[in-house]
Amino acid sequence: MKTWKEVPPGAVITEPGSSRKFKTGSWRAFRPKWIPENCIQCLFCWIYCPDMSVKVKDGKRTEFDYDYCKGCGICALECPGKKGNKAIVMEEEGE
Amino acid sequence: MHRKVAANGNEAMANAMRIANPDVCGAYPITPATEIMQRFTTFVSNGKVKTEMVLAESEHSAMSACIGAAAAGGRVATATSSQGMALMWEMLFIASGLRLPIVMGMANRALSAPINIHGDHSDGMGARDCGWIHLYCENAQEAFDNMLMAFKLAEHMDVRLPVMVGMDGFITSHAIQTMEWIDDETAANFIGEYKSTNPLLDIKNPVSYGPLILADLYMEYRKAQEHVMSGVPKVVLDIAKEFEQISGRKYGLFEEYRLDDAEVAIVVMSSAAGTTKEIIDQFREKGIKVGLLKPRLFRPFPYAEVGEALKHLKAVTVLDRADCFGGSHGPLYVDIASALYNYAQRPVLINKIFGLGGRDYMPDHAEYVINELLQIAKDGNVKSVKEYIGVRE
Amino acid sequence: MPTSLSLKELSKKEELFSPGHRLCSGCGAPIVVKMVMLAAQYPIIAANATGCLEVSSCISEYTAWKIPWMHSAFENAAATMSGIETMYRSLKKQGKISDEIKFIAFGGDGGTYDIGFQSLSGAMERGHDMTYICYDNGAYMNTGIQRSSATPFGADTTTCPAGSKCPGKLQQRKDLTKIIAAHGVPYVAQASPSHWPDLMKKVRKALEIKGPKFLNIIAPCNRGWRSQTNDAIRLSRLAVDTNYWPLFEIENGVTRITHTPKDKKELMRFLKPQGRFKHMFTSENEWMLTAAQEHVDAYWERLQREQECFAPQNGTRLPNPEHLNWQ
Repeated sequence: MKTWKEVPPGAVITEPGSSRKFKTGSWRAFRPKWIPENCIQCLFCWIYCPDMSVKVKDGKRTEFDYDYCKGCGICALECPGKKGNKAIVMEEEGE
Repeated sequence: MHRKVAANGNEAMANAMRIANPDVCGAYPITPATEIMQRFTTFVSNGKVKTEMVLAESEHSAMSACIGAAAAGGRVATATSSQGMALMWEMLFIASGLRLPIVMGMANRALSAPINIHGDHSDGMGARDCGWIHLYCENAQEAFDNMLMAFKLAEHMDVRLPVMVGMDGFITSHAIQTMEWIDDETAANFIGEYKSTNPLLDIKNPVSYGPLILADLYMEYRKAQEHVMSGVPKVVLDIAKEFEQISGRKYGLFEEYRLDDAEVAIVVMSSAAGTTKEIIDQFREKGIKVGLLKPRLFRPFPYAEVGEALKHLKAVTVLDRADCFGGSHGPLYVDIASALYNYAQRPVLINKIFGLGGRDYMPDHAEYVINELLQIAKDGNVKSVKEYIGVRE
Repeated sequence: MPTSLSLKELSKKEELFSPGHRLCSGCGAPIVVKMVMLAAQYPIIAANATGCLEVSSCISEYTAWKIPWMHSAFENAAATMSGIETMYRSLKKQGKISDEIKFIAFGGDGGTYDIGFQSLSGAMERGHDMTYICYDNGAYMNTGIQRSSATPFGADTTTCPAGSKCPGKLQQRKDLTKIIAAHGVPYVAQASPSHWPDLMKKVRKALEIKGPKFLNIIAPCNRGWRSQTNDAIRLSRLAVDTNYWPLFEIENGVTRITHTPKDKKELMRFLKPQGRFKHMFTSENEWMLTAAQEHVDAYWERLQREQECFAPQNGTRLPNPEHLNWQ
């Protein structure tokens, strides 16, 4: 940990987005599983995720970012799925 | 280069602010400091300064706006007294903790209750631990000079701390005195251009101000701040030396008046020092060796230097224009006592509380104090360590 | 370059609010912030009142913000932002800055409705070119769910717990949105993260307007609301569909409802999933459900009348004495 000589003046943080160094994924009790076959790429999961943990590339969602996902399950609940089959289901972490 | 004028302390401070030409002022009126901002906003409305005003809805918001503006990256100033300063009290700690250069003129006024609009030091004293640099002024000349130096001090790269400059409410703020301006260009060049550190407005380098710091790091931040404060007296002296070049006036951490060969002395801040010096001169004419020490830099308090200056005396009375409730001594007394504590040989030290709520400090009060000092120096008898003078018993 | 409000296009935008923040799992506040940042089409500088969002997004050496951001104290996000915005204007006037920057102050309902009320009012009155966004979770959540003036009628909080003598909060919520509208500011609106296109349109609209703007956005808190961890969007949708949280805007004094629920639901549908209202579902507290429903209905009715009031009649508009010209 920093000594008093090393802490920045006024505690000002000069590295934007440094929260990325803190992996909140360890908080999970449940983890979301993406089922691509049922995914209509609506991106609702992406827009509703409180932790920016749905990775998107070229306008399409890819995997979850398990480094940060807290397992809240909003994505699974909001997922419209395809023909009644969800593209996201919650499983117990560690299964 | 210098123009001799008749001006009061408020005008002196307003003029110094005009010369410093802040980018933003967040302000709110309060007697007896109101006139500072009133004069200043006349400058604003007539285009004499580039300042944008935030005429806040309270002093707390005024200081909050100053803090936001200083973090955004520019020169910031304001002025207040008493209850106004008391209302912004939490923000004072925040300003210094965030290391923001802000200059605040203070017309020192008594704190309520009872509500009183007149001069004493209870407001500044109540905030002496807030991490700001405190300078005290005896008269309008010092108010002008110290305000100019305050900007340079606050913005100095080894400092980056807010500075409050105090003068006695009404006594100095409103009384017209002779003094000298310094011409605008010379004074402005002395202060110099504002340089920013971590400005919010630099959107290419986003910064975050004000994180939550827990028990694992808070103490390191406090120690770092303490370290910065300990380097302030040196900068105060360097700046005073530069100031002497443009003004011919010498300033130190405190003023020593006929102190070198004195046997007894008075320690007193602000306008009362002026009265005291007059009476000291009268006593000196009779061959009595009495002197005065007038603190100028009150925070950080120059304990070592003050100790050295007073150690040779037989007896010292500290005059406090504020009291600490709870059976303690006045705040200045406590600091002087700390300064002298570690000397094996040190003067007898007693405390007078005077001038609260604008109660006049008269020449015969100074005479009373000096006569008592002489008696103590002669026979060592102290009738009371702490006494209120000028109060109806 | 204006981005359309398509999620595909928005997903290509640079992230400005990072993961790794410490807000609770399933919290509504970071969803609101994320949506606001995605909607914004200008560089933003933000100020933030003390509260959940502030302590969780900026702690120790970690900051979730990729924009310049400042927290100073609890009651003064609006005053702090007033200073920042004024410095911007000052330096721009002096020719020292040429960037076009927009200013957003974030505060929870605690730091906005209550302790922050004065400084918010002052900032709105002075006409600073800034947007104040309140993320309203209906209590002082950060300190453990104490009541604020935004707490809904009947709610159990830790300072007005539902007990045998007193059944929770007895006051109705303060109508802050309308209070700020009464300051004569050019734009106020209510929004919900469940209806994100409406929310984003309002953010964009606000940022285009010069002068003080106020957005009140509901942000469910599964801890304080005693609801499910995955409920935030569902509950904010129910808040809208039950008219508990109407989506409307008041632009230059003219009220306009921006979303009318197609299938309006009974308030009970919003209250039932939340543990903080469970005491209202007993027979002796039935009067509370009735009172709550009546209040919501009356508010919605009034809102509709206000909208009608301002609709042009014979081509003329009703004059609005509160509207001030923000130049």
